[in-house]
Amino acid sequence: MSGFKRVMAAVVVVIVTTAAALLAQTTSGFEPATNLGKESLPAGPLLYTAYAIVWLVLIGYVFMLWRRLDRVEKELHEVAARVGSGKRS
Amino acid sequence: MKTANRFVPFLMLGAAVMFARAPFMIHAAPMESTMGLIQKIFYFHVPAASATFLAAAVCGIASAMFLWRRTPAADHVAVSAAELAVVFGVIVLITGPLWARKAWGVWWQWDPRLTMTLVMWMVFVAYLLLRRFGGAGSEVLAAAVGLFGMALVPFIYISVNYWRTIHPTTDVVPSLPRAMAGPFWWSMFAFALLFAAILIVRIRLESSRAALEDAYAALED
Repeated sequence: MSGFKRVMAAVVVVIVTTAAALLAQTTSGFEPATNLGKESLPAGPLLYTAYAIVWLVLIGYVFMLWRRLDRVEKELHEVAARVGSGKRS
Repeated sequence: MKTANRFVPFLMLGAAVMFARAPFMIHAAPMESTMGLIQKIFYFHVPAASATFLAAAVCGIASAMFLWRRTPAADHVAVSAAELAVVFGVIVLITGPLWARKAWGVWWQWDPRLTMTLVMWMVFVAYLLLRRFGGAGSEVLAAAVGLFGMALVPFIYISVNYWRTIHPTTDVVPSLPRAMAGPFWWSMFAFALLFAAILIVRIRLESSRAALEDAYAALED
């Protein structure tokens, strides 16, 4: 066998084994589906959760802000009154 | 500031009316052709993102003014806006993944827009932590942090147009059909009114806190 024929034979062997390996790889991990159900992720719960979170965060923050302001302003009035009357705590 | 406080009830009332009407307008808006129902998150997600960017910008500008002139009023505005950036940022970072789960099939992608938005939100969380636990003089360091937070805003905005990303681009809003533009701009205006009202009240809280510290100092003397 000439050198050229040997090289060609080696190339053919490499191509055939690589193709066989690739085919084996693509078919071993997957199986065809039978009676595949309808694939869907319902959007409704995600949408309602999003809007509920927006409302909760905003209403919760406004409520907390008002409580914090009310507490600080009450304390400020008390301390200012004590400063005004010259008392010490 | 007293003049601004007078507007708060009107701003809050306006925002409440607009927020009450918004769900009906959003419900009546047409479904988007490829995303369907989940696209309707957009009507609150984008206005919340705009409010976050606005809060970041207000914080950055007020921080710059504070660093330049050291006026307490600028510091009060900066810390108030930083808190709003965190609050509206929470809404953006929760509603976005809820939309992405359906639209992209995943809750999160390390895409430039999402990653930079998360980083900006963490910058403002860091700002608030610095103010809470930083001790005396932390307001100067926090002001520098606020400037960095503001600097991220233009990058986040253009990120969808210049980097490879799966997030919708900035062309979406200008090209909205009339039936979708109506509820969108209604929601934007509702968020703007609420933002203005909350910012004024939050600044008042910060001013009252400062006055309280002064009053305690006077009591000690």
